[in-house]
Amino acid sequence: MQAFEYANPKNLKEAFPLLGSQWGEAEVLAGGTDLLSLMKDYVQTPKRVVSLGGIRELKQVKTSGAGLHIGAMVTLEELSENAAVRRDYGSLVQAAQGITSPQMRSMGTVGGDLCQRPRCWYYRKGFGLLARDAQGRELIPNGENRYHAILGNDGPAKFVSASSLGPALIALGAKVTLASSSGNRTVDVEKFFLTPSGPGQREIDLKPNEILTEIIVPAAGGAKNTTYEVRQKVALDWPLATASVSLKMSGSTVQSARVVLGHVAPTPWVSAEAAQALAGKPLNESTAQAAADAALAKAMPLSQNAYKVTLANVALKRALLAAAKA
Amino acid sequence: MESDNQGKPSQPAKKGFSRRSFLQGVGIGGGAAVGLSNELLAAPQSGSGARVVGPGPVRVALKINGRVHNLEIEPRVTLLDALRNRLDLTGAKKVCDRATCGACTMIVNGRAVYSCTTLAIEAQGKDIQTIEGFTTPAKMHAVSAAFVENDAQQCGFCTPGFVVAAKAFLDRHANPTMADVNRGLGGNLCRCGTYIGVRQAVLDAAREMRGGRRA
Amino acid sequence: MPSKYDYPPADKRSLIGKRITRLDGPVKATGQAKYSYDMNRPGMLIAKMLSSPYAHAKIKSIDTSEAERSPGVKAVVLMSKVDGELLWEGSEIAAVAAETEEQATDGVRKIKVEYDVLPHLVKEEDLSKVGANGKPSAEQTAGNPTQAFAASDVVVSEGYYGIDTITHCCLESHGNVVEWEGDNCTVYASTQAVGRVGGDLAKALAGEAGFSGVQPANIRVLTQHMGGGFGSKFSIDTWGIAAAKLSKKAGKPVKLMLDRDQELLMAGMRPSDYAKIKIAAKQDGTIVAWDSESWSTGGATGGTLPPIPYVFTEIPNRRLRHVAVMTNTGPARAWRAPNHPQASFLTCGAMTDTAAKLNMDPLQFFLKNLNLTARGDVYKLELEKGAELMDWKSKYHPAGQGSGTIKTGVGLAVGTWGGRPHDSECRITIHPDGTVLLEMGTQDLGVGTRTVLAIVAAETFGLPLNAIEVRIGDSKYPPSGASGGSTTVGGVSASTRRASIKALDKLFEAVAPTLSVTADKLTAVDGRVQVAGDATKNMTWKAACAKLGTSNISEVGKQPARDEGNLNDSGVGGAHMAEVEVDTETGIVTVKKVVAVQDCGLVISLKTAESQVYGAVIQAVCNSLYEERIFDQQTGRMLNADMEFYKLSGIGDIPDIVVHMVQGTYDSRGVIGLGEPPAVPPTAAIANAVHNAIGVRVSVPMTPARVLAALAKGGRA
Repeated sequence: MQAFEYANPKNLKEAFPLLGSQWGEAEVLAGGTDLLSLMKDYVQTPKRVVSLGGIRELKQVKTSGAGLHIGAMVTLEELSENAAVRRDYGSLVQAAQGITSPQMRSMGTVGGDLCQRPRCWYYRKGFGLLARDAQGRELIPNGENRYHAILGNDGPAKFVSASSLGPALIALGAKVTLASSSGNRTVDVEKFFLTPSGPGQREIDLKPNEILTEIIVPAAGGAKNTTYEVRQKVALDWPLATASVSLKMSGSTVQSARVVLGHVAPTPWVSAEAAQALAGKPLNESTAQAAADAALAKAMPLSQNAYKVTLANVALKRALLAAAKA
Repeated sequence: MESDNQGKPSQPAKKGFSRRSFLQGVGIGGGAAVGLSNELLAAPQSGSGARVVGPGPVRVALKINGRVHNLEIEPRVTLLDALRNRLDLTGAKKVCDRATCGACTMIVNGRAVYSCTTLAIEAQGKDIQTIEGFTTPAKMHAVSAAFVENDAQQCGFCTPGFVVAAKAFLDRHANPTMADVNRGLGGNLCRCGTYIGVRQAVLDAAREMRGGRRA
Repeated sequence: MPSKYDYPPADKRSLIGKRITRLDGPVKATGQAKYSYDMNRPGMLIAKMLSSPYAHAKIKSIDTSEAERSPGVKAVVLMSKVDGELLWEGSEIAAVAAETEEQATDGVRKIKVEYDVLPHLVKEEDLSKVGANGKPSAEQTAGNPTQAFAASDVVVSEGYYGIDTITHCCLESHGNVVEWEGDNCTVYASTQAVGRVGGDLAKALAGEAGFSGVQPANIRVLTQHMGGGFGSKFSIDTWGIAAAKLSKKAGKPVKLMLDRDQELLMAGMRPSDYAKIKIAAKQDGTIVAWDSESWSTGGATGGTLPPIPYVFTEIPNRRLRHVAVMTNTGPARAWRAPNHPQASFLTCGAMTDTAAKLNMDPLQFFLKNLNLTARGDVYKLELEKGAELMDWKSKYHPAGQGSGTIKTGVGLAVGTWGGRPHDSECRITIHPDGTVLLEMGTQDLGVGTRTVLAIVAAETFGLPLNAIEVRIGDSKYPPSGASGGSTTVGGVSASTRRASIKALDKLFEAVAPTLSVTADKLTAVDGRVQVAGDATKNMTWKAACAKLGTSNISEVGKQPARDEGNLNDSGVGGAHMAEVEVDTETGIVTVKKVVAVQDCGLVISLKTAESQVYGAVIQAVCNSLYEERIFDQQTGRMLNADMEFYKLSGIGDIPDIVVHMVQGTYDSRGVIGLGEPPAVPPTAAIANAVHNAIGVRVSVPMTPARVLAALAKGGRA
């Protein structure tokens, strides 16, 4: 790990001036499991690390007319044990508990989950987010792409978003607040995730001088929501594909649906096709299957990951059938 | 004196080496609990703005197993490296070094954490518990005793991490099922394959910690 | 009459074969056990290594000047020369010792190396792409395979079987702490061979400037606890030599442990095996012919022909062809039962598929062909016991038959191992105060060696376990072999028993006059020395020892020895059965239950012996489902040299395991090692259970991608 300056501001006002104007100057430290690993591998070498650990306001969960406000430094453990979350947002609890390590849940934060960098092994080996060698050759198409994207992969970015909460938050229609010294902006979580198209771009809509301060989840309004993850191991392991759904029901009929797949694309993958296939239909094995087929109809697997199309399909079908029972 | 390699910490003692002489050797006052103010224990104080420290060594005070230790370390030093390399607290092990295997598990403010990806400086003002703090061969914690009884260790390198993770888990889940144990220790890995013993040990320790009452 | 050096008969054993808690349990379960990685010596420096980022390259130049000036750096040594060829990613180039770990890491990053990058091969499964890196060996034949396969009364089963390389992934990475005092050196080594690495180091340093006075006797090796070896930790290794040089150069103790990625890249792997196998069998199940075309890699040296057909070695007509594939990947080291798990997988897999083709239960098929094995009686007993414990009869169904999304299946496999004991010397000292000291230059890898020694000695003296002080893990004690190949327990039990009996005889001689009998009439039981057949004539152990006056009894026992005895043997068999569930929609395999039936002669320490078997089965779950080295042919890099994507099972991923040690029947053979035997069959048993569940063969590791692909190609989802 490269040596760095460290600051531990106790409020956001103190924190803002410590941030850089461009990436590489400063990184924000939340739970640390991802950032410190990246720094140990010299994938990130910030000159300054700004800890959010001392900022109390980021650790709160509160309710307003806009919904549930979850501070960025709320841990995954706190999230999954929060009574309001457990009551209304089963899909978030399931997503957090899918991280089957108590240590990771006690360290990892909701903000860190959204801002963590992709696990793409070419990226982690120093070949960049777009995984190119010194000659500029793209390494993923002819390389080891078993865990890479099957959707949204027609550009140079072929990694998958690593966020566990992202798909569930998007399905629930959540927003994030991004704060800087010049004020706050609020962005739909769906829009927060980006697919980089060129070198130097990040995969989230966060500027170097901004801090993700909170997540606002609108009232569930009785929507049935679930997350289903396909993971090879029961113990701590990255999912191969996940699906989060939020369904507004009218009796046994789906009034409207939000369907988001995880670990299949450079961003959480919102499937309007699946939502459309479900709207106005009863929820059963055949409609769930039809929605899953619709969601994956345009999948473009790489040389080694056609199996992920099957897994994402199964994940969505199972998430929907679980929601039917929820 | 030869080292006793049966039941005690086995440091060959031919040069009269002790933990204290090691600590002096690296220029650290191991027992320096003296005169430490609350100010040092708290997160860095701010007047008009937050203090920026480093990248060179800075004074870091860590409260470990109830005792305060002062260190001069760079901000980049992890909690694991601070304890292993500077304080000779080597129960926690460095294995994956990337928040995956759990061998470095410590309990910080009551929660199990991976100390390999915790900065030591971030642990200031917090209550750090290591395996050395709650169990010894002479007075074993129920979790350690159950690990021994169930042969829940072979090479033993993952064992301290498992014991600490198990204690943290049982402190919050007094009456776990086997399925709970499987999830509650999902953040630790073993290579020799001791999980059968570990599972039973955690269940036995839970019963012992509840005062011998069966679920 | 049993010989003098037998173990006591079953009805006279108070400790041997009992479930005894391991002696080093408390220090391990409290974090007090000190491993090499934990050694902190006064003034100690920490060293880090620079290793090659390329799979194949030549070094054009190395410049360490900036590293040497880096803050805190006290010494730098080169581990490769200019023009030196690097044959795999991770190859060692230089090492830097500094006052802190962080400074050592900084120093390594300041070494400037220019490389000539050379062509590499890092993948071997597709034989059509290995080119000149594939070296065919001569075809081996027996009988007349061509005729046997062409016979009209045989059924021929043909299949492809693949098992990828895995790494050792020792949790305590390889490495040492080295400390010099003049020409004398202490090495705190993470090793399976305290008696060997000192000599290795002396030899490596001979002729190097500054080390002219160093002899093997100058080097003391200490290993009290060792964090996993599995066959990969016998050598001092280049990094041990580098640590010694750094320490000498800096005049301070140096710790050099491999980083996790280095550990996975270069510190040991198990060779792959891929094979197209044909078996011809008669309708009644009798196997008549075997044909295999196999290939494998062991890294830069290629991979040898595995011992196939395995266990069923006497198939009358055989043809074997093999290609050794040299790859630019970290080199093979012994991995629990070298080549046997792969051979068991290939053979038992092909046999299971043959049984399926004959519509025969594989259990019946294996039993039918036991005459082709070297110890049919053992396998018969073990297969029948295993079937009973697995409830095989009710769980077995023809391959691929079963309904629903989640399909279950059962599979079986067998294994064998030699395990002839290594040489061993044990010194037992009985003091006049009654205390007993046992010294031996062996090492406890976590398998329970300390406990075994104490059990054998305490049993011999009729004393409780804690009456024996066991000192091991130090090269200055009487020499005992390296711990590999299941050679330890047989060797150390025998030398301990011999030394103990010799020492006891001396004690009997000393106390016989007091009890008014000749020494041959005495026995030692329950903490007393007494006259055989007349328990009233006795004295306490302590009183007996007091008769020694001021002198100790000190006796050395040796294995092997010329005097007759029946203390150990070699050659065992094991049969494992597995039950799995396969989610046919996701391809995820869950192992539900494994039954492991194993003989190893006389079991000394039942509890730790069972742990060995549990561990072997759990490791097999890891390698049958999760473990593989993932290489990128474009860059030559291993992409998962970490513990996140080099996956090991966690506690929730393992099955119920039933261990049955065959005891009694084969006790008279003496003690036989157990490190390798149970590591052989479980992977094959699990793979065969998957075949039974879904009716199609899947290569190992059986990842969701592979299971789904196999199902798509013809399995019955």
